[in-house]
Amino acid sequence: MWRRLIGGLAVLALVGAAAYASFYIAPEERTMGLVQRIFYLHAACGLTMFTGFFICFCSNIAYVFWRNPKSDALAVSAAEVGLVFSTVNLVTGPIWAHPAWGIWWTWDARLTSAFVLWLLYIAYLLLRTLVEEPERRALLSALFGIFAFLDVPLVYGSIRWWRTQHPQPVLMGGAGSGLEPTMLKVFFFSILAMHALMVLLLVDRYGLEKMRGEAEIVRRELEAA
Amino acid sequence: MSVLSNTTALLGKELRTEFRSRELLTTTIVFILIVLVLFSFTFDPTAGESRRFGPGLLWLAFLFAASLMLQPCFLRELNNDTLSALRLSVSDPFAIFLAKLTANTIFLLLTELLLLPIFAILYNIPIAAVFGQLVLVFFLGSLGVATAGTALSAISAQARMRELMLPLLLLPLLTPVLVASTEVTIGLLDRQPFVQWKGVGFLAVFDIVFLTALWIFGEYLLEE
Repeated sequence: MWRRLIGGLAVLALVGAAAYASFYIAPEERTMGLVQRIFYLHAACGLTMFTGFFICFCSNIAYVFWRNPKSDALAVSAAEVGLVFSTVNLVTGPIWAHPAWGIWWTWDARLTSAFVLWLLYIAYLLLRTLVEEPERRALLSALFGIFAFLDVPLVYGSIRWWRTQHPQPVLMGGAGSGLEPTMLKVFFFSILAMHALMVLLLVDRYGLEKMRGEAEIVRRELEAA
Repeated sequence: MSVLSNTTALLGKELRTEFRSRELLTTTIVFILIVLVLFSFTFDPTAGESRRFGPGLLWLAFLFAASLMLQPCFLRELNNDTLSALRLSVSDPFAIFLAKLTANTIFLLLTELLLLPIFAILYNIPIAAVFGQLVLVFFLGSLGVATAGTALSAISAQARMRELMLPLLLLPLLTPVLVASTEVTIGLLDRQPFVQWKGVGFLAVFDIVFLTALWIFGEYLLEE
């Protein structure tokens, strides 16, 4: 109980500090002004989503080879938490895009692949609700999760090569891209804060999933008796 | 060579099953034909517009058709409980997948090649000069669709609401195939046709990635 409370408060403080830093410490961007500050939340959520889905992918592989129910619990928790960050990412994107580009949405590589990724993990969670037997559900969804994650670089590559009419990525986008040093520091701090939040949510969700599994076993034993 | 001989034997079985009834092929062809006609109402089908939108619509029709066509692939085996027999009769479960995905590629390619001339006539796009290149693109695209689709139909066959589940799982996964094959087809149907080798290579990469994934994880898909 205490551990959860302290963990929760620590993460809250971290997220609060990141919000403060992105509003008051990071310098104002020259052309976009105030609106650009949503970047620290938006991009940090994007990266956190990716970490979540990567954890899901690793747990999926672990489940397929070792069949530990804990890997399955971790996979579904990571997928759900990743989906939360993905949703924040997809919602904050248009809020930023409308004042900055004058449009809510453009079918650019990152936007579109984030959206396809979101759809794939929605499908992953839907699939889980439609298979009754726990072991079968775990195996089938793990295999779909693996296929879905393998698809991500292909989706990104295909859209980046053929469908993008939008400037280079800010980070790692090649010559001329990059962030001002203070902005970069604030950005990394936001990433850290979002990851801390993700870990907190993940631990909680994982505990819940494990309890669900145990309850399921007890229920089955009772039914069999 | 036992995987290969198993595969050819199973492929023969798949082809025989289909060509005896021709149920899948006829329904898919009629389905795509309906979609092609309905498409003409959604935009003004002049030659210029058709060149721009035609390839995308054509591929979209093929993807939707594939997501219906691939349904019975494993369902048939489950309904008649022949999957266990299949599994017992092969040395490597990958042979089952290889046979099914080859059969599905053949079925898809056949429907596409039958419908391509009809598309060309209906939308006034000459294709005779680039037919060979089109076959290459349609082969690579169909192989990708069939590989991912066969794997996912093994998954969806074991879930509830399977008829809805397969398109839901498959279509977002096929985004790269749709993008790449549409772009290459647009290039080929241009007034000055050209081959986008980058797209052709990309389709080949997609096929290899999913074939490898199926080779590694296929046996787990068929566990009881």
